[in-house]
Amino acid sequence: MKIRVHVSLKNGVLDPQGRAIHHALEGLGFAGVRDVRAGRLIELDVADDTGDAALDEMCRKLLANMVIENYRIEKVAEAVA
Amino acid sequence: MSSFSAAVVTFPGSNCDRDMAVAIEQVCGGSVHRVWHGDAELPSGLDFIALPGGFSYGDYLRSGAMAARSPIMQAVIAAANRGIAVLGVCNGFQVLTEAGLLPGALMRNAGIRFVCREAALTVETSQSLFTSGYAAGQRITIPVAHHDGNYFADQATLDRLENEGRVAFRYAEQVNGSALGIAGVLSAQGNVLGMMPHPERAIEPAHGGSDGRALFESVVGALVSA
Repeated sequence: MKIRVHVSLKNGVLDPQGRAIHHALEGLGFAGVRDVRAGRLIELDVADDTGDAALDEMCRKLLANMVIENYRIEKVAEAVA
Repeated sequence: MSSFSAAVVTFPGSNCDRDMAVAIEQVCGGSVHRVWHGDAELPSGLDFIALPGGFSYGDYLRSGAMAARSPIMQAVIAAANRGIAVLGVCNGFQVLTEAGLLPGALMRNAGIRFVCREAALTVETSQSLFTSGYAAGQRITIPVAHHDGNYFADQATLDRLENEGRVAFRYAEQVNGSALGIAGVLSAQGNVLGMMPHPERAIEPAHGGSDGRALFESVVGALVSA
């Protein structure tokens, strides 16, 4: 089972990296970018019987730092051959 | 009390571990054990454990995140919970927050850039085993060298740290965007200190200053007189 874990900074947490990317986009002439937030995408390939509780625990114990980050778990449908 | 016994942990990527060991040897005396990240146990009879600066496991995922889950950290967490003094400097501070021994998190510096210079600090409390050798309000100069030193915690946590006198050091100037200018925080029990500045790089005049010396003197003083 393919899993994508999207880790993003919580609202209200300043994101210096996102701000730098924002400035760089403006420097390249892209107008109208209101805000940029940088996050992290972690792809997992887990056993099919891995439960939601275990996935949550992986996120809380390691993949996200709950002090500053949120996470969202996405189950990816396998491509049909 | 028997002679002072300390341990310095080395993670893959630590680069201030030897400096830390030398500082402890010179200022505290006693014996300094060098401990490897993969060890499951600490030497017995320790008075003091130091987590050094540098990097750890490439700082993959987040600074200190992998180190906080390494075998030796389970022993460090158990020792801290038994009341043994634990100091984390720079990457060591990041490891302590990731391990849950200290609140908050250390984020990318607000100015994006790595900051490597001397920083003016204010000692916020002399009521801790790490800072009794300083006067509250004392201005000291300690080097900083970090990319992720921007201390963040939610407002309730920041209020608690202030009200409980757990802010040990504060930047006396803008360094990295830390909330409330926090440079170092204490655990609720006061036996764990994390700080971004490097006291071990300021223990003798040849370093350009010796304001870090009193921290190690405080530790040995508190533990030997205890």
